Amino acid sequence: MNTESLPAIFIDAAIVNNFVLSMFLGICPFLGVSAKKETAVRMGLAVIFVMLVSSMCAYGINIVLELAGAPYLRLICYIAVIASAVQLVEMVIKKFSPALFRALGIFLPLITTNCAILGLALFQTQNEYNFVQCLVYALGAGAGFTIALTVMAGMREKLELADVPDIAQGAAITLILAGILSLAFMGFAGLGG
Amino acid sequence: MKITRQEKEALMDPLFDNNPIALQVLGICSALAVTTNMATALVMSMAVVFVTAGSSTVVSFLRNNIPPNIRIIVQLSIIASFVILTDQILKAYLFDISKQLSVFVGLIITNCIVMGRAEAYAMQNGPWLSFLDGVGNAFGYAIILLAVGFFRELFGAGSLFGFTILRPVTEGGWYEPNGLMLLAPSAFFLIGIFIWILRVWKPEQVENS
Repeated sequence: MNTESLPAIFIDAAIVNNFVLSMFLGICPFLGVSAKKETAVRMGLAVIFVMLVSSMCAYGINIVLELAGAPYLRLICYIAVIASAVQLVEMVIKKFSPALFRALGIFLPLITTNCAILGLALFQTQNEYNFVQCLVYALGAGAGFTIALTVMAGMREKLELADVPDIAQGAAITLILAGILSLAFMGFAGLGG
Repeated sequence: MKITRQEKEALMDPLFDNNPIALQVLGICSALAVTTNMATALVMSMAVVFVTAGSSTVVSFLRNNIPPNIRIIVQLSIIASFVILTDQILKAYLFDISKQLSVFVGLIITNCIVMGRAEAYAMQNGPWLSFLDGVGNAFGYAIILLAVGFFRELFGAGSLFGFTILRPVTEGGWYEPNGLMLLAPSAFFLIGIFIWILRVWKPEQVENS
């Protein structure tokens, strides 16, 4: 059993070991949705929600699978749970905020294939967190994802005005920008133990 | 055996002309995370080749029997089965490397390349072509992975596959290892630069904004 304190887990997941910038999870939506700040924030919120739901379910499933003695089925169960959680979020958003639903578009169903979420479920199993620790970890990871996405969106909005060589337009310059951001986040290393 | 043009295209196109990482920007996550040395990059590439080829073939065999409404979940289960198989094999025979790769073997499931090929190609084409397409795309992924791994290990630790090439100062040699290469930001820089170089070479891939 892991005995890390809750604030330490949160800070670790959100800033020190930021999911996007130092563990490389969830890069696809990070590059895809980070063109506008507004969509970035909303996407972040949707991801936080899916993370919380799937983290809770993953915790339950893990107990059942341990009892059944079939831990190798973990991957397939986790992915099924995540797919259903995304479906749920999709229905909720469609019902309560059709405008947001349209803004997120294709990226909403793509949360299923966001490795940050499956990665979160696998890491919490690997670290043997208890239920409350799992929730805090999910919240921290989601917050970290949102921070990275928002900061990146801000930088890309500025980039629109910059004079980038034609050949480096798009993916190349975005990745190099992400590298610089990741360099900045390394400054947090060692924080929170 | 004579290779038809279509077969050749399915296999060779994704290597440089339509590289999944460089042009489509898919599957970047694992490409960045497992490339600190050549050994993990190679094992990861082989795992992805196996999973992509296998799942594309199986999806293609079943393509006429998969109901369109639930095709995503069917594809996911097929992919997940292959990934579990890979994970178990790695744990049994290459335990050290499987420890280093940690969750990233499991994360092949959410690698957009695998899913993308199943959805975009295997659902419309026959098993043999799908197999070639899967292998080709996975090789395109592997090329970038190995190239990034090569630079990171050579400049970061002065070695390749764990053998010393440039003797570092700490062991009495002359090479001062560049520690940044082993850290997260360098992976972003390297892939960014690779895409840049590829586009200098093949200007038709440049995005217009």
